[in-house]
Amino acid sequence: MRKNHTKWAAVAAALALLLAACGDNGDNGDTGTEEGSGGGAGDVLVDGSSTVAPLAEVAAELFMDANPDIRVTVATSGTSAGFESFCQGEADMNNASREIKESEIELCGENEIGYDGVQVANDALALLVNNDNPVDCLTVDQANQIWDEGSTVSSWGEVDGLDLPADFEDEPLTLYGPGTDSGTFDFFTEAINGEEGKIRTDYTNIGEDDNAAVTAVIGDVAAMGYVPYSYFQEAGDTVKPLAIDGGDGCIDATLENVEDGSYTPLGRPLFTYASDTALEKAEVLSFIDFWIENSSEISETAGFVPMTQDQIDESNAKVEELTS
Amino acid sequence: MALDTPTTARTRLATSGARAATLEVFGEADRNDRRFNSLFKALLLMLMSIAILAVTAIVLWAIARGWPRLGMDLLTQGPSTVNPGGAGFRTAIFGTLWVIGGVILLIVPLGVGAAVYLEEYADGTKWWNRVIELNIQNLAGVPSIVFGILGLAFIVRGPLSLGPVAAAGSLTIALLVLPTVILASREAIRAVPPSIREGSLALGATEWQTIRRQTLPAAVPGILTGVILSIARAVGEAAPLLLVGAVTFVTFDPQPFSGGYSVLPVQIYSYATRPQEDFKVLAIAGVVVMLVIVVVMNSFAIWLRNRYENKV
Repeated sequence: MRKNHTKWAAVAAALALLLAACGDNGDNGDTGTEEGSGGGAGDVLVDGSSTVAPLAEVAAELFMDANPDIRVTVATSGTSAGFESFCQGEADMNNASREIKESEIELCGENEIGYDGVQVANDALALLVNNDNPVDCLTVDQANQIWDEGSTVSSWGEVDGLDLPADFEDEPLTLYGPGTDSGTFDFFTEAINGEEGKIRTDYTNIGEDDNAAVTAVIGDVAAMGYVPYSYFQEAGDTVKPLAIDGGDGCIDATLENVEDGSYTPLGRPLFTYASDTALEKAEVLSFIDFWIENSSEISETAGFVPMTQDQIDESNAKVEELTS
Repeated sequence: MALDTPTTARTRLATSGARAATLEVFGEADRNDRRFNSLFKALLLMLMSIAILAVTAIVLWAIARGWPRLGMDLLTQGPSTVNPGGAGFRTAIFGTLWVIGGVILLIVPLGVGAAVYLEEYADGTKWWNRVIELNIQNLAGVPSIVFGILGLAFIVRGPLSLGPVAAAGSLTIALLVLPTVILASREAIRAVPPSIREGSLALGATEWQTIRRQTLPAAVPGILTGVILSIARAVGEAAPLLLVGAVTFVTFDPQPFSGGYSVLPVQIYSYATRPQEDFKVLAIAGVVVMLVIVVVMNSFAIWLRNRYENKV
C-alpha cells in the first residue's frame, strides 16, 4: 500500500506540473499577442471558403518566410461560417467565393465592423471539346440543357439551336465532370444550373483528377468536359475550349476575358474580406499588403488566374479606404 | 475472488464434466445437430473475417498509396501549400496530442466520478437520479456536430470565452465522449461482485475505503476499455473541432490556451479534397500517421488494463 501511495503522489505531482506548465504557456502567449499588435509580431486569423484557402495558404507561407515573427493561420469553415465569425470580430479576414449576403451585412453592422471585399485573384472554368468538334460556342441555356438535373440529351443533335453538319448530329455526347467534393463542381453547377450541386447524374465522374477530362476529350470527337482554368491552360492546343454566351455574345475563354470579367458566368473574382478593426493591427495590414503585392506569384502557385493591374489598384484602394 | 473466477484449467475440467454428464442422460447429439453446429461456427468465422478483411484492406491500401511519403518528414515538417511534396503533419500531430491529452485529463476523473456516484451513492428510486441516468444515455446518441455548436456557443464564446484554442477543443470533445466513459465505467463497477463490497464493509471499512481499495481496482479493466473506445473516437473527430476553431493551416507548434491549432483529421480532410496528386498522397500518408497514433495510445491503455487484470 505504501508503495501505491508514492505512485499516486508522483502522478498527482506530474499532473500539477503539467497544468502549471499549461497555465504559463497560456499567459505567455496572451501577453505576446498583445505586445505584438504594436510591433512586427502577432497572429493573423484567416477563415472562410475552402476554394480560396490554397491562395491564402500560399500567401501565408511566403509572408511568414519574410516575417518570421508573425503567425498566420488559415481555417476553412466555408464562406458562410467564416462571415459569421468575421462579423463578430473573431477572424481578421474572411475568404469568400461569393459576395457578402444581406443577413451577413446586418450582423457586421450590429457589431460595428466596417469591411470590404478585397479581390485577390480570378477563377475560371472551361468547357472543353475535341478539336474536330464543329461547335465553337454554347449559350448558358444550351449548356444548361445538356448538364441540368434530369437532362436526357444524349447526342449533339438534341441540343437546341446548334447549327451542326448532318453527320455530327447523331454523335453520342459523352460528358466528363469532376467529383462533388471539388470547388470546381460547386462553381459549375451554380453558374450553369443555377444551384450548387444541381446536375444530371449520368456523366462520367472523374473525381479530382481533372486531367482525366482532358485526356478523354482528346480521344473522343463528341465528348465534353469542364475543368478549372489551370488545366485548360496546361492542355494548350490539344483540346478546344468552348466560348460561352452569357447574353452578350460569345466570349472566348482567354486570360484577358477572365481578367476583365467579361467571361461570365464561368469566370469569377475571388475575394478576401477584411475589416477596419482588424486592419488596425499592423500584422494584418502588412499581410494583406503582401498578398496584393505578390498576387500574381501567389495566384500562379495556387493554380488561379492573376489579377490585372486595374484589379490590383482597386484592391489597394479598398485597403487604403478601410485603414483611413 | 478465487471462488468467483476459477482458473482456466478448472473451468475446462468443469465444462468437460458437465458435457459428459449431459451425454450420459440425453445420448449423443444427432448428425444434423452436429452438422448445424459446425455450419454455425463457419458462419461466425466468415462474419468475423469480413470485418477483419475490411480493416486490413483499408490499412494496406493506405500504406501502399501513401508509401512515397511515409518517412520522418511526415512527423517533423509542418504543412506547406507551396511545396506539398515536402510537407508534413508536425503541427497537426501536436494539436491532436494537446486536444486528446486534455480530453483524457477531463474524462477519466469526471467519468469515473459520475459512475461511482450513480452506482454506489445515488438512490435509484429518486426521480432526479433517474433523470440523470436517462440523460446520460440520450447524450451518448447525440450527433457530434451538436456538441460542436454547444462548444462554440459556451466554450469558445459565451460563459467560458476561451477563444478558438486547443483547450476549447479538448473541452468540447470531452463532453462528446463523456457519456461513453460513464456508461462503460458504470458497467464495470456493477460487474464487481457484491460479495467483495459486502466483505469489505463487514470488516469495518468505510464506503470510501471500500470504493477506493476494492471496487475501483477491480473495475479498472472495464473502465479502461471505455476510455480506449472514447479516445479512439475522439482522435478521429473532425466536425465538432472545425466549429470550435481547428484550422487547416498552422505552421507553428500549437499551445493549449493560445493561438490557433489544427488536428490530424481536419488536416487530412483538407488535403484529401485538393485536386493535386501531391496533396492526396499526403492525406493518405496522414491516415497512416493517425492510425499509428491510435494504435500506440490504445496499446498503452491495453497494457495498463492487463496489469490491473493480473493484479486482481
